[in-house]
Amino acid sequence: MSRFLIRRVFGALVILLIISAITFGLFYAIPRDPAMMSCGKNCTPDMLAQIRHNLGIDHPIPVQYWDWLKGVFVGRDYGSFGNCNAPCLGYSFANREPVLGTILDRLPTTLSLAFGAAIVFLIFGVGAGMLAAVKQGKFLDKFASSASLFGSSLQIYFVGYIAMFFFVAKLGLFAQPSYTPLSEDPVSWFSGLLLPWLTLAIIFTANYTRMTRSQLVEQLSEDYVRTARAKGLSRANVFFRFAWRGAMGPIVTVFGIDLGTLIGGAIITESTFSIQGIGRLAVDSVNKSDLPMLLGVTVLSAGAIVFFNIIVDAVYALIDPRIRLA
Amino acid sequence: MTLPTPSAAASLEVTDEIGQIPDSSANPKGSESRSPGRLAWKRFKRDRTGVISAYIVIFFFAIAILAPLIAKLYGKDPYTTYASQRPELLDAFSYPAGPNGGISSDFWFGIEPQLGRDVFTFLLYGIRTSLGIAVAATLLTTFIGVVVGVTAGYLGGKTDYLVGRIIDILLSFPSTLFFIAFMPVVYGLFVAPDENIPTSLRAISLILVLSAFGWASIARLLRGQVLGLREREYIEAAKVTGASPRRIVFKELLPNLWTPIIIQSTLMLPAFVTAEAGLAFLGVGIIDPTPDWGVMIQRGAQFYTEDITFMLFPGLSMVIFVLAFNLLGDSVRDALDPKSKR
Repeated sequence: MSRFLIRRVFGALVILLIISAITFGLFYAIPRDPAMMSCGKNCTPDMLAQIRHNLGIDHPIPVQYWDWLKGVFVGRDYGSFGNCNAPCLGYSFANREPVLGTILDRLPTTLSLAFGAAIVFLIFGVGAGMLAAVKQGKFLDKFASSASLFGSSLQIYFVGYIAMFFFVAKLGLFAQPSYTPLSEDPVSWFSGLLLPWLTLAIIFTANYTRMTRSQLVEQLSEDYVRTARAKGLSRANVFFRFAWRGAMGPIVTVFGIDLGTLIGGAIITESTFSIQGIGRLAVDSVNKSDLPMLLGVTVLSAGAIVFFNIIVDAVYALIDPRIRLA
Repeated sequence: MTLPTPSAAASLEVTDEIGQIPDSSANPKGSESRSPGRLAWKRFKRDRTGVISAYIVIFFFAIAILAPLIAKLYGKDPYTTYASQRPELLDAFSYPAGPNGGISSDFWFGIEPQLGRDVFTFLLYGIRTSLGIAVAATLLTTFIGVVVGVTAGYLGGKTDYLVGRIIDILLSFPSTLFFIAFMPVVYGLFVAPDENIPTSLRAISLILVLSAFGWASIARLLRGQVLGLREREYIEAAKVTGASPRRIVFKELLPNLWTPIIIQSTLMLPAFVTAEAGLAFLGVGIIDPTPDWGVMIQRGAQFYTEDITFMLFPGLSMVIFVLAFNLLGDSVRDALDPKSKR
């Protein structure tokens, strides 16, 4: 297990390295001058050169990338712009602040959104899928299956506004979506995020219902399940200890991918509900041409996806002992 | 979606055999050839959900292609701000004066708040733009995916390893984030930062970016398929008889790959439609005043509390299209590959 983890973490670091290099290369290949942008209106050529030097953008791109990479491990000094301490993901000229600080400020928002929604869609999706599998061919199954097919065709940028129109503006059942730190006021944290959670969950639930159902249907028709039933084990016991255990694998995989993607920025969700998380930060950075920020967000998002992939593989091995790591 | 018996796969095969028996009795000669394609078409025609979905999808493509003609017959276009000619259409707050977003016999789907454009033609042309981009991206993605996947699977060895790693990396890219991050990069390649970006360039950039990140999954799938097929006896036989690699790829491998290719592309197209609309919604894809599904939703989002009707037209039509296309995709998969499990 530990050998597997070490190997996977090493592989993940290589992937992150490559992703950051590609991103860096592509971003800095566009004809835009960050020094010019941070210099302001009364810009003398001397000042511009000074800023260029401080930012290190007077070097060729590979050297700049090396500087950036070095900054991640030992920190970096941006001269008159200030210092950026050890895990330095870059310096945002637009915000006049190290990139990592801003990202960490936004992170709790995105984490709250992602984990809250994940809990909701996991409970509803897996629950509905289980019900559908148990009541195969009955009304409940057909209902759950059609509802999930419909749900998976919905788009957050449409359903989100419809939900806000009816539940917030017209009926006043939910609070206007917003983020309050959990430590500050748990009640408004909950009520502010409830609608985004539920809306996000509608779309994800569908996928989990379909998957849980088809996995369970397959497992329930396996011989070992029949044997367990024939042995006289209770229906519930067979269902949860045998069939469900066999069905869990692929669901865990997809859950890991979804969680990684959500943390990497539920961009459209955050834009729809005007929640200032990582995704919103990315969109704002694009609009402000804040490349260092965008690079930081990209690396962090890719990191989240890669990290959850490793977790998924490890969990997979725990669930299914037949799978050998290494 | 709903399979009545527990042994889902088995029951499908059984129905299949039953379906063939009356056929052969009706045709006593029994020697008439039935190609796999014809069998699939027969299976598809029996699937009522699939046929209805197909009609809906065809309807959407038809109105997309015929948009200029329909607009001409209807007598309006998506760019004219009708409210500036007829101020009575909008009220003092620039919302449609009539009820339900100003729906009338003149303006079938109502009037856009603030600018007062015609919603019906805007939607028609919007569907045209969105579907055009999605179709182009699907074709390009499929092409790249097939070329890369088949090459990697067929050549194996170092090429395969390298392609495999590139696919791994591409699939761990956060895709939506990359779409929005790379749009400015692609624009930057063609135009100077302070110039206006022409719509055609935006569309081309969108197609390129969507394809650049989309080919990996189809390439990975086909690579796996080719790896399996490569070891089959008939490929061995072709090699022994001295068939050129070109012949093996085009005559022996590709015909066996059509099923996964078609299934994957039908799954891809609705995903591209929603991705393209999502980018327009975020303001990094197609932008106003070019009509587009996503642009309409983005416009609608600006005044959804006052005029929800405007939002409903692009939103609902997109849900219907995506739902129909997903159902069609399922039916196509069932028809082409009856043994596959959902």
